[in-house]
Amino acid sequence: MTVVLSILVALGIFFVVGLASRAGLRSLAPAHHKPTYRDMPLTASFGLAVIVFYIAVAILAPVVAPYGEGEVTGAQFLPWGAPNYLGTDKLGRDMLTRLIYGARNTVGIAFVTTALAFMVGSFLGIWAALVGGWLDQWLSRFVDALMAIPALIFSLLLLTIFGTSVLTLVLVIAAVDSTRVYRLARSVAQGIVMMDYIEAARLRGEGAWRLIRREILPNAMAPLVAEFGLRFCFVFLAISALSFLGLGIKPPTADWGSMVRENATLITFGDVTPLLPAGAIALLTVAVNFVVDWQLHRASGLKE
Amino acid sequence: MTNHLIGQGGMTRRGILKSGAAFTAAGLILPAGMAMAQAEPVRGGTLRIGFNSGSTVDNYDPGVWDTNFVQVFAQARHNYLTEIAADGSLVGEVAESWEASPDATTWTLTIRQGITFHSGGTVTADDVIASINYHRGPDSTSAAKPIVDPIVEITSDGPNTVIVTLNGGNADFPFLMSDYHLPIMPAREGTIDPTSSDGCGPYQVDDFEPGISATLSRHSGYWKTDRAHFDGLLLLAIPDPVARQNALLTGEVDVINQLDLTTVSLMDRNPSIRVISVTGNQHFCFPMDTRAGPFNDNNVRLALKHALDRQEMVDKILDGYGTVGNDNPIGPTQKYYADDLPVNSYDPDKAKFYLNEAGLTSLDVSLWVAEAGFTGATDSGSLYAERAAAADINITVERAPNDGYWSNVWMAKPWAASYWGGRATCDWMFSTAYASGAPWNESYWENERFNTLLLQGRSELDEAIRGEVYHEMQTIVSKEGGTVIPMFASFVMGVSNAVATPDVVGANWDLDGFRCVERWWFA
Amino acid sequence: MTEIWRMISQRLLLGVLTLFIISVVIFGATELLPGDLARELLGQSATPETLAALREQLGLNESAPVRYWNWLTGVMQGDFGMSMATKMPISELVGTRLGNTLFLAFYAAALAVPFSLLLGVLAALWRNSIFDRASNALALTAISFPEFFVAYILILWLSQSGLFPSMVRITDTTSMGERLYMAFLPALTLTLVVTAHMMRMTRAAIINLLASPYIEMARLKGMSPMRVVLRHAVPNALSPIINVVALNLAYLITGVVVVEVVFVYPGLGQLMIDAVSNRDIAVVQAIALIFAAAYVLLNLLADVLSTITNPRLMHRK
Repeated sequence: MTVVLSILVALGIFFVVGLASRAGLRSLAPAHHKPTYRDMPLTASFGLAVIVFYIAVAILAPVVAPYGEGEVTGAQFLPWGAPNYLGTDKLGRDMLTRLIYGARNTVGIAFVTTALAFMVGSFLGIWAALVGGWLDQWLSRFVDALMAIPALIFSLLLLTIFGTSVLTLVLVIAAVDSTRVYRLARSVAQGIVMMDYIEAARLRGEGAWRLIRREILPNAMAPLVAEFGLRFCFVFLAISALSFLGLGIKPPTADWGSMVRENATLITFGDVTPLLPAGAIALLTVAVNFVVDWQLHRASGLKE
Repeated sequence: MTNHLIGQGGMTRRGILKSGAAFTAAGLILPAGMAMAQAEPVRGGTLRIGFNSGSTVDNYDPGVWDTNFVQVFAQARHNYLTEIAADGSLVGEVAESWEASPDATTWTLTIRQGITFHSGGTVTADDVIASINYHRGPDSTSAAKPIVDPIVEITSDGPNTVIVTLNGGNADFPFLMSDYHLPIMPAREGTIDPTSSDGCGPYQVDDFEPGISATLSRHSGYWKTDRAHFDGLLLLAIPDPVARQNALLTGEVDVINQLDLTTVSLMDRNPSIRVISVTGNQHFCFPMDTRAGPFNDNNVRLALKHALDRQEMVDKILDGYGTVGNDNPIGPTQKYYADDLPVNSYDPDKAKFYLNEAGLTSLDVSLWVAEAGFTGATDSGSLYAERAAAADINITVERAPNDGYWSNVWMAKPWAASYWGGRATCDWMFSTAYASGAPWNESYWENERFNTLLLQGRSELDEAIRGEVYHEMQTIVSKEGGTVIPMFASFVMGVSNAVATPDVVGANWDLDGFRCVERWWFA
Repeated sequence: MTEIWRMISQRLLLGVLTLFIISVVIFGATELLPGDLARELLGQSATPETLAALREQLGLNESAPVRYWNWLTGVMQGDFGMSMATKMPISELVGTRLGNTLFLAFYAAALAVPFSLLLGVLAALWRNSIFDRASNALALTAISFPEFFVAYILILWLSQSGLFPSMVRITDTTSMGERLYMAFLPALTLTLVVTAHMMRMTRAAIINLLASPYIEMARLKGMSPMRVVLRHAVPNALSPIINVVALNLAYLITGVVVVEVVFVYPGLGQLMIDAVSNRDIAVVQAIALIFAAAYVLLNLLADVLSTITNPRLMHRK
């Protein structure tokens, strides 16, 4: 019964938020963009609304959070209710506050990391496919080698050399992720560089950079955007995995991945506490990918 | 169903020095007046234990054992010269009795007759000497080397007498011989084989897959008739806390150790299991490097000792499964425990006062933590920082990787998390981690009076004088020591109701002093 | 086809070179990591004296290049050496665990690959329908949860009710049926973890092609949507799909340590963690080479399949 009820409530929220955000976008968008939002599916407008909400929360964290980030407000594991609306965690810190600050730290880091991984990975991948020959061979074998170094050793090593700061964390995860992006970008671009229009552009004497930017990238966008939506989510998990090794974000900074880990054992007794941070990650992942799907559909040129 | 068993600390260690024989009549001396409500133990069944540890490097070499999987595995295979009984007293095992010279430098041990190894053959003085000598000498890599280093000479006088000469008096020598690194193994050409599972303990090994499992069956010739009630043992390494709890709840194992404290109360509601919690000597601590500033000033140390809420830590980090520590490594269950020391309570004003005494108005320090230091170290650091802020002490919690923690951080950074499983006697604990020049003196603490008292207490045979000496030492360490000890953590185990446990469960180590395999039975 | 064979042989040769480079990198990395075997074996109870003695016994006082050379010459002769921490031959130590790891990887792949490709094709076919949205949302939710958390939820639902065991105890006498039954929860966890990635990439790659003129043409000819997707879209979308599948297969072999820990599954991942934390270099090397070989071979396989499915790549100028 409760399951059915909560599904109904969730669907209700989904429609209300989706419709409201679509209406809002339509009225706010400049005139020449209005058609873009007219046919926007509800999922995409819902996704956009969620993303905007997360960003707002992240930016306004100190204003909206009821307590300080590491502030111990009372006993541990208090039930839901004022003034701790989502209860407290193991140390008696306000759960809602931790979630809000978690948005700031986790989303920010995830975005920067993924963007970095994509810039490096897709540029090199497309370049390798375009130029081919020995450059492709060397880059690809180098990436093979990088991928093949077990992530555990790789992370430990980099973190030992560079220390455990947020910057290192971003660089390490971006480095690991960019190898995967490289493989994908290269394979997609390989299909494209064989096309006649690339040949034509080459004969026109266009340089590599221009070819990549103007001819290849737009046509390789779809799989890359799809990959971006997922890689973004994998960063949360990578942070959580690193915190398992004791390498994650420095306490008492809140991040969702570690929050899931700290509370995870409760789930086997049916306690929903760990579902809060996990749900926060899941909601963002779904939202981002709904928007990605919409963009994908637009980019594909399908009219239906 | 929780049994909060506090080890029987008030118990006297009656006359162990003069006549060990009085202790050996029964395997376990029960405290006077203790109800004997339990049914008589019955023989049978295979006990399955799920451990939080277990690694592919686990092996039979007694010099390197350091996780509770191998420790219990060792106690299942081996006997030791002496055993610390559940009540904290010392009883003889391979050594039937012992006698000290008046200055406690020479010890004469009588070896029990009729103990057999799994491979056949009886235990003699030669086996004992080889087993001890394995840990001695310049080539020894054993973790027990510091324990046996004071032995100048070890000789036999007939097959059943071993004479040990120490480089200085040590009234606790028989206690030291109960250390889990010192099993009695068969001598071959004067030495023991560290790759052999052979021993004279209650069970012999059928199969051992390091990091996965061990299966054992009862040693038919075992000398104790009132112990080792199981037909067989299955020891399983289940490092994940949820997997371990689940294994107990679904009946795949009978006993697990190190319950996840977050969920103990939820777990305890299950009617088919019970939670056993014993508070012993295991404590969590934050040693400071007292050789350099700011920690070389005792006022700074005192300020930090008053800047944490110990009770809150016990409540939140240990979920109540433990007791407050008073910067004194001697546990409340020990014989010479000083229970009247003034408490270093949480008091930001006092902390500020001591800061002023040190000529400071505020203090910025870093505290290095990792879960390798102790479970909950990171959270403890966060709590500490949160509370210390009220005293203008800014603690930056630096999280270090678990990997390599004991090499890179512990005793390398000025202030870091650490833990001690505890030692059975004051002298053992103090000389391991607080004596001047001791290799594990983790706070590099030097206190002249303390060091003098340590030597005096060690060779003192008069218990009243020893009591005074240890009382003064505990006062010094609590007020001047370089280690913040916020809490003593209980050993918390989950046990199926099919398993019967004695009224008193040993508090010196996890799982009934590692001896659950020999002391427990199926009801 | 000779093109392909040339590519394969060239890549295999380069693969060996890659493995060699990786072995150097891994050796260097473990050297750089603070602490050594002696330190880690003795742990908290180490003293300078016992450390020095153990280093001497283990031969750690030799210089790093000498130790690497000894290891390399051993491997050349097919001898991976002894694990210094466990004093067991590496082939023995790694052998059974490799079997277990491959078993779980194949098991999970057999569930996940067909399932996610099917979901992906259907989602592309019925794009923007409720089916598409719901399956996407569910798959995405599943991968938003860390692996161990997915495992815990499965334990809560499927193990505490007694349906499946939460611990995998494999012995020599375990039959195939029992193995499949016991390893079901870990395999299911891994399936949930990798499905979303493959499914979404399949969907994206197909949708990317659906507006192409040749698809339009096929549609105008009156072909059924299913036939259009299967006959015309899928073959041209294979390259990115194959790459993502290969990535996930590699992950199933090399990245499952968390799942191994939760389900007490004796695979290579846990051995690797133990070996790294003990700085047992020979074991780390052996496992790293296995993992590297998996990557090299799977990436090669992906490239070969991509090339075969795209004739233009076969005839590069």
